[in-house]
Amino acid sequence: MKEAQGHNKNKKFGMVIDLDKCTGCGACMVACMAENNVPFREDESDKQLGTAWMRVYKMTNGKPFPETEVCYIPRPCMHCEGHGGHSPCVSVCPATATDYDNHTGIVSQIYTRCFGCRYCMAACPYHARVFNWWDPVWPADMEKMLNPDVSVRMRGVVEKCSFCYHRYQRAMEKAYYEERQEIEEDEYQTSCTQACPAGAIAFGDLNNPDHAVHQLVKPDNRHGGRPKNPHAFRLLERLGTNPKVYYLSSREWVIRAGDNYVKNEKTGAGGH
Amino acid sequence: MSTQDDQTHAVSEQETEGPAAPIILFFIIGFAASLVLGWGIFPKLLYSQKHQPINFNHALHVEEVDDGCESCHYFREDGSFSGIPNLESCMECHEDVIGVSEEEEKFVAEFVVPEREVSWLVYSRQPDCVYFSHAPHVIAGKMACVECHGHIGESDHARVYEENRFTGYSRDIWGKNIAGLAKHPWERMKMDDCSKCHVRENVNQGSVQTQKGGCFVCHK
Repeated sequence: MKEAQGHNKNKKFGMVIDLDKCTGCGACMVACMAENNVPFREDESDKQLGTAWMRVYKMTNGKPFPETEVCYIPRPCMHCEGHGGHSPCVSVCPATATDYDNHTGIVSQIYTRCFGCRYCMAACPYHARVFNWWDPVWPADMEKMLNPDVSVRMRGVVEKCSFCYHRYQRAMEKAYYEERQEIEEDEYQTSCTQACPAGAIAFGDLNNPDHAVHQLVKPDNRHGGRPKNPHAFRLLERLGTNPKVYYLSSREWVIRAGDNYVKNEKTGAGGH
Repeated sequence: MSTQDDQTHAVSEQETEGPAAPIILFFIIGFAASLVLGWGIFPKLLYSQKHQPINFNHALHVEEVDDGCESCHYFREDGSFSGIPNLESCMECHEDVIGVSEEEEKFVAEFVVPEREVSWLVYSRQPDCVYFSHAPHVIAGKMACVECHGHIGESDHARVYEENRFTGYSRDIWGKNIAGLAKHPWERMKMDDCSKCHVRENVNQGSVQTQKGGCFVCHK
């Protein structure tokens, strides 16, 4: 076991979402719910009660008719690294139910450990966490269709996007069987990435220069992972949460919507 | 005066000494009763006893097959493990009755002929939130079957499956000892047991919160 797993280089799984490609169809949300056994309510129109891990928000530039532009922004968990793995939610969890793994960069959530205090929900600036007010109820026979690789949650606990971590577990399992220590980029992809019909979502290891996500945003690890690509930005960049989900857009107003800027301030994207 | 004082003193001594012996006796009886209740009766009430559908004889099978454990418990191409072989694996040999045992006859009649999967009770079934894979342990970690499972290959009968009435988990998770003590890995399979070995072998000790293993190493 020692030599088998000790020397792996640390990975930093991250996501890049091209907002110029996103059509707001919501296929990522559906794929996510199906993959991760996310329960749904009879009336899902009340978004405050929904438990979707991946949410697509709609933004407009606020201008009147001829200049009106719309942009849809899918929002999974950002898997913030903060400084040294102290992401907002991990720092406040009194139960050690959520944790940051330095080997993968993934913020884990252990549902059986969580006791539902919801500090993490208050701490998360992205509203990426949801609370189960009820036990999940699936329509007849749908329980047989649940994904066995993802444990279901009960009422009273918080859940969130895991970057489909179970797919990493499966990919590693196959790699070990084939006596490999590393997996290829396409062996571990999230459900939303594969479901997106526009190909707007890219997923991979931000530390690996061969992976698409690295090439798209060129993260500057010496400066908290800030993107060197001027069209790339992260939500609320200046909070210092150091998220691992990047967005791409060529439109200035979209980039401005990603953080709070005063009136004549320039956008921070591009790293300065 | 003094004699009277002595007398009253002697009387009061007698009074305090009198009831002490029954109290100690009472305490001992109560203590023994609670021990019997806690160590003997409570575990019996806590666990229901179930029997395997077929009284499987590991020793007999290991003698007959060529590859030892791996003859039936093999890795599939996707890295998953045949912890409980399916009926198809059994039918490679048992399409018809090939031995003389009554259990085999029962097996063929009840499962092979109607092509019904055997509903084995899995002693080591972990709770839903636990992720376990054999590949990193057996292939990457080069661990032998016995290290975790003990000498199950030498057993000639399927032992009684005990199920916790509250949680529905197998007793093997908590362990046979109700105090939760264990000498060997196969006597108990709780989180601390996984963690103990993972800390020792330095397996993915990347957690920020605990400085130990990342939660998602063994959870899903």
